[in-house]
Amino acid sequence: MGEMEQLRKEAESLKDQISAARKAVHDVTLPEIVSGTAVVGRVQLKTRKTLRGHLAKIYAMHWGTDSKLCVSASQDGKLIVWDSYTTNKVHAIPLKSSWVMTCAYAPSGNMVACGGLDNMCSIYNLKGKDGNVKVMRELAAHTGYLSCCRFLNDSEIITSSGDCTCALWDIETGTQKTIFSGHMGDCMSLAVSHDFNMFISGACDYTAKLWDIREGACRQTFGGHESDINAIGFFPNGNAVLTGSDDGTCKMYDLRADQELITYQDPSIMCGVTSLAPSLSGRLILAGYDDFNCNIWDSLKAERVGVLAGHDNRVSCIGVTPDGMAACTGSWDSFLKIWN
Amino acid sequence: MLNCENAHGDCDSSALAALCALCLQMERVIVSMQDPDMGMKMRNQRLLITVIPHAMTGNDIMEWLVQKYSIAEEEALHLGNLIVRYGYIYPLKDTRTLVLKPDETPYRFQHLFTSLPSQLSYSNFSLLILCDKAIYLAKKNIQKQGELVDYEKQNYNQLHKRINHTWDFVLMQAREQLRAAKQRRRADRVVLECQEQAYWLVNRPPVSCPQRPCLVCTALKHRTKALGRTRVKSSVCLESFLKYCEQYLPHDPIMQGCRPSNPWITDNTMYWSMNSDTVVTPTRLRVERWSFTFMELLSDPLGKREFLQYLEKEFSAENLCFWEACKDIRHGESSKITEKVDEVYTQFLAPGASRWVNIDSKTMEKTLQGIKNPHRFVLDDAQMHIYFLMKKDSYPRYLKSDLYKNMLAKAMVPQETKKSVFPFMRRQPRSSPSPVLTSQLSEENGKPKATSAGTSQV
Repeated sequence: MGEMEQLRKEAESLKDQISAARKAVHDVTLPEIVSGTAVVGRVQLKTRKTLRGHLAKIYAMHWGTDSKLCVSASQDGKLIVWDSYTTNKVHAIPLKSSWVMTCAYAPSGNMVACGGLDNMCSIYNLKGKDGNVKVMRELAAHTGYLSCCRFLNDSEIITSSGDCTCALWDIETGTQKTIFSGHMGDCMSLAVSHDFNMFISGACDYTAKLWDIREGACRQTFGGHESDINAIGFFPNGNAVLTGSDDGTCKMYDLRADQELITYQDPSIMCGVTSLAPSLSGRLILAGYDDFNCNIWDSLKAERVGVLAGHDNRVSCIGVTPDGMAACTGSWDSFLKIWN
Repeated sequence: MLNCENAHGDCDSSALAALCALCLQMERVIVSMQDPDMGMKMRNQRLLITVIPHAMTGNDIMEWLVQKYSIAEEEALHLGNLIVRYGYIYPLKDTRTLVLKPDETPYRFQHLFTSLPSQLSYSNFSLLILCDKAIYLAKKNIQKQGELVDYEKQNYNQLHKRINHTWDFVLMQAREQLRAAKQRRRADRVVLECQEQAYWLVNRPPVSCPQRPCLVCTALKHRTKALGRTRVKSSVCLESFLKYCEQYLPHDPIMQGCRPSNPWITDNTMYWSMNSDTVVTPTRLRVERWSFTFMELLSDPLGKREFLQYLEKEFSAENLCFWEACKDIRHGESSKITEKVDEVYTQFLAPGASRWVNIDSKTMEKTLQGIKNPHRFVLDDAQMHIYFLMKKDSYPRYLKSDLYKNMLAKAMVPQETKKSVFPFMRRQPRSSPSPVLTSQLSEENGKPKATSAGTSQV
């Protein structure tokens, strides 16, 4: 058994060396750096609009790039495109499978996508010739549920699945172009970088991975969470990853330092994080929890500075508009609320 | 199936590469052996007085390998030995030596490592493995009344030290499992014992997590790469977050509000009309934002238009046009890629092209070679080269140019307006909206919008 033991020893030793290299660059603690920064003070956001129309739990929402239209998915089997400002429903799309877990709005505004326990990602064309919204493609190849999807453009979409892989699809041909495998647990969520060259995924193996879309390779892996990672997003400057986990904490991992820099936790929080979104400047992080609330964190001081209380059930999804004007929360109580 | 493919292709040391190739080969063999139609025929095998279900003999394995891969007996023996040594198959006789005997010795497929739980945290995971191993040795210890083999005794003591705090649990589990085993059929007992024995033999060191060889290879490859990465000091990273948050604070409406007012609060959509793509006079904040990063400038259609104007004056507008064309290919329809790449070649890359872009010779050569087989990413290198050219050269000069400075000076700062809650109360006299504001609005909407009057209370 000489070789295997040797190799295993080598793998362990490398792990220790990497740990040491990370420690070596960790030359300062957060409180030291931010001691001079002004405090944010209490942040009070109010509900400005309530979007009513779904008849069951809302599982996902996503803003369009115009910061007014958004799409939401509910287990009543509907995908609704809202003009959130007027609260009008622009489209109400009936789904073949009501077990939907995610939805996405294309940057162009021409399409929306959704998927869930049917293991498929269904793409809907919103700008069809006769005005009806129809299924354009059904992307089927995953062997597990679809947990998240995000468009790169009108021709490409990235999906994450309960089969532990993520995939890049060509929408026109309906085929998988690249499979990103490496996670050891269900992939729960993903986020695409602003330059569309990379994306990050969070999984039930408690790690987050940064992937190069073109190469199909995992560039970095971040561990430290003690339970499933449910939510993930990029910090607005693109250099850090924010994760939210069932262990009740959110973490910020820096891509350049290759390690966790900040943890957002409080001993009074005993339930998991379901969703998160940073404000435009990144100074605030809004995180939805299993206990029906949304906490607002000061991202630099790692302190809670506010709460969005208003839902009667778990906050399942949260999103901040691209122009930073408002935040939207979706809940199992079947309502979406717009806050600022 | 794991990505041993990648591990094989990209390994640094040749020994590692060889092992990865081996793992890949072995996994393929195992899969073939387990094929329901063409794989090994499993039967009851006799072991002294016990009948082992669903097993194969060493001879069976040899025969199958020889036939399937058309190899000599020697080679089959070598391959078979490897498969047993690496733990994919285990013997039910002479269980301490992991070799393939070309005789009636029964063997079975190892299933233990495919059932490792994935739902535990990694720290708990290794603890569980240690407990498992401790329980296994404790059982043996109880059965053999303290007569464990040397290395087993060593392991047992090591484990006792390491997980002392759960030792009561370990002993209890061991006793329970032994009691339950007595209830089982003899054949099952034998199988389980041999399976466990082989499993822990293959994964001998008590402190590491037993893994399939492929996983170790992949981990090694990833970690070697990861170690070579340059890491930036956390102080530098945190400082840059601080700077970013500070710089964007005035642009963050949730943090600092926005002028003239947040449409969600006041029901007044002026903010959106003032910041539309087609506005003539942008707001000051918007123009300032163009100076933050090159990407900010290019992301704003108005900013991009201004920049193009500037480049035209400098006779380098083709750079921006080329960059846009590349972007269109990268994010456009698959069916139009070939056609678009052709156009880009004709306009920007061909010798003597009307809008020839100045790319370094190495990149140009690579690109021209690549466009013979056009695909979505074929112009990535050239696009990046031009992007950095503009970013390092034209962009800083634009920010210092009169064109930009005038834009900044012209840019307006909207008056703040607040929602009226008590309409019957007169608010403090405020200066009326600037003429620029109203004329711009009438330009867009056809009629001026009144700003809300009233006291400030949101």
